[in-house]
Amino acid sequence: MTALTLGEVERRRLSEAEARVDQAKRSSAARQQRTRWTLVAPALIVVGLFGIGPLLIMLLYSFLEPGTYGGVRWEFSTDAYVQFLFERDLFDETKLLFTDSYLLIVGRSILLAFVTTIICLILGYPTAYFMATRPASQRNFWVFLITLPFWTNLLIRTYAMFVILRDDGIINNALLNMGLISSPIPIMFTDYAITIGLLYAFLPLMVLPLYASLEKLDFRLVEAGFDLYASRGSVLRRIIVPLSKPGIVAGCILVFIPAIGAYVTPTLMGGGKQLMIGNLIALQFQGARNWPFGAALALILMLVVLIALLFYTRNATRQQAALHG
Amino acid sequence: MASVAASAPERRRRRFDLRKQPGFGFMAALCLLVLYAPIMVLIAYSFNETRSVSQWQGFSLDWYVKAFANKEIQEAAWNSLQIALVATVIATVCATMAALATTRTRPWRGMTTSYMVVNLPLMVPEIVTAIATLIFFALLYAALGISFGIGNLMIAHAVFCVPFAYLPIRARLEDMDRTLEQAAADLYATPWQTFRRVTLPLMMPGVTAGATLAFVVSFDDFTITLMLAGPGQTTLPIYIWTSLRRGISPEINAMSSILLVISVILVTASFLLGRRRK
Repeated sequence: MTALTLGEVERRRLSEAEARVDQAKRSSAARQQRTRWTLVAPALIVVGLFGIGPLLIMLLYSFLEPGTYGGVRWEFSTDAYVQFLFERDLFDETKLLFTDSYLLIVGRSILLAFVTTIICLILGYPTAYFMATRPASQRNFWVFLITLPFWTNLLIRTYAMFVILRDDGIINNALLNMGLISSPIPIMFTDYAITIGLLYAFLPLMVLPLYASLEKLDFRLVEAGFDLYASRGSVLRRIIVPLSKPGIVAGCILVFIPAIGAYVTPTLMGGGKQLMIGNLIALQFQGARNWPFGAALALILMLVVLIALLFYTRNATRQQAALHG
Repeated sequence: MASVAASAPERRRRRFDLRKQPGFGFMAALCLLVLYAPIMVLIAYSFNETRSVSQWQGFSLDWYVKAFANKEIQEAAWNSLQIALVATVIATVCATMAALATTRTRPWRGMTTSYMVVNLPLMVPEIVTAIATLIFFALLYAALGISFGIGNLMIAHAVFCVPFAYLPIRARLEDMDRTLEQAAADLYATPWQTFRRVTLPLMMPGVTAGATLAFVVSFDDFTITLMLAGPGQTTLPIYIWTSLRRGISPEINAMSSILLVISVILVTASFLLGRRRK
């Protein structure tokens, strides 16, 4: 009888103690959660208020009427989006005529960014592979060499390219002096010049993710390929490239996104003649003074970027599913 | 005898390098040439004697003397420095705190969101950030009459510097193991003491590396500054831009070379700091 009661008391005490521990755990978890939010708060406030806030206001502005001297009039309007595809008839304001001039600029931006991405891949893949197969002690130095130009001023680097490619730049001068050409090749202010500029600007962004995935490559698989009498070419095509696909996708996205939104490169290398969407957006705030249209164009650019990012995440999750599934 | 005969083909087999792909080394060299040749040419012609930036006439330091004596350049350099320093401090403090909360823990509610918000500035094209911030400050001024002057630029720079400071700090923290902090707690250190005496010194190389990158990114920023800068807020890249419109001269090369060298020194320092072990 007594023994039973004792056991009961014991048990009750135990459960009380457990409850207390539980509560302590819960309150410490709550405290921990509070600390975490306090720690991330400054970053969230700075980026949220001055990074995301402006993007939302931009969205709002794209649905307003343009003011006469820049700025906006606070009247709801979808004109900015309509203007992207149509222009109003000169004589009949209600008639809309389809125009492809803005669509062409967006199309050109996508095309130039795409071509840049492909050339970056062709140049960057062998480079990344070469880096990944260096002895471990040299690899960091290679990474440093490839990254360094990326951290230097983009305007200055573009200017450097500009000076070289000009009609009386050193390339044309050298070719003239050697007698290979009789008059300078006019490359500046063309789509070629923009592509070269973009390539030069964003090449490091292609090499680094490629290197990251090639460095992890399991060379036993390559050896197995050689054991099965594969040639170097087919080992590369059927083993190395498929295994580094995540790096290829990441590199392409990392080059494509800044390339399509580029402003400095097309402004300098295109000389304001060959516009990309970045120039068109900036123009709405400089000469044309149509802020809502500029905001709408910026949102269209964001949309293209978002599609590219979605493509990337879908690819990455599929890759993960393939690994774990 | 037999062993010697067996080792010869083995040696030959070992010489077969299964990692080698023909021509890839050449492409790597080509990449480096593409990346570095234009910069080298730019620096070389900053020492040119005449106004030409593509015809070599002779060595001279005149353009550097001119650049250093130029009042406008001095003012622009001072603006750049002020903006970069303030932006770096704000970004580094935010990034360090955020990194402490988002590394070395089990996932918590809101962690992924925080991570995405912190890194968002990397995903938005620079021109979009530029005009969005322009609209924001214009609205702030029109609606409330608030303008921070050069502070506008400092805030805008701080925003896009946050992820650049965050990533190296996070990388450093993830490399550190928890046992030292646990040992400190076992020895009755308060959480603050543990942070002050153990965590902070250990993560310091990451913080310095992050701050350096933030400084470089702010110091070199062009697009966002171009859209936001009012009169009297010219930074060095903006000054280079306006002089480019007036015409190319080795003085621009000289100024550019100075900026390049500053970036290279800082990035090298950051790279070495980030790699240093305990």
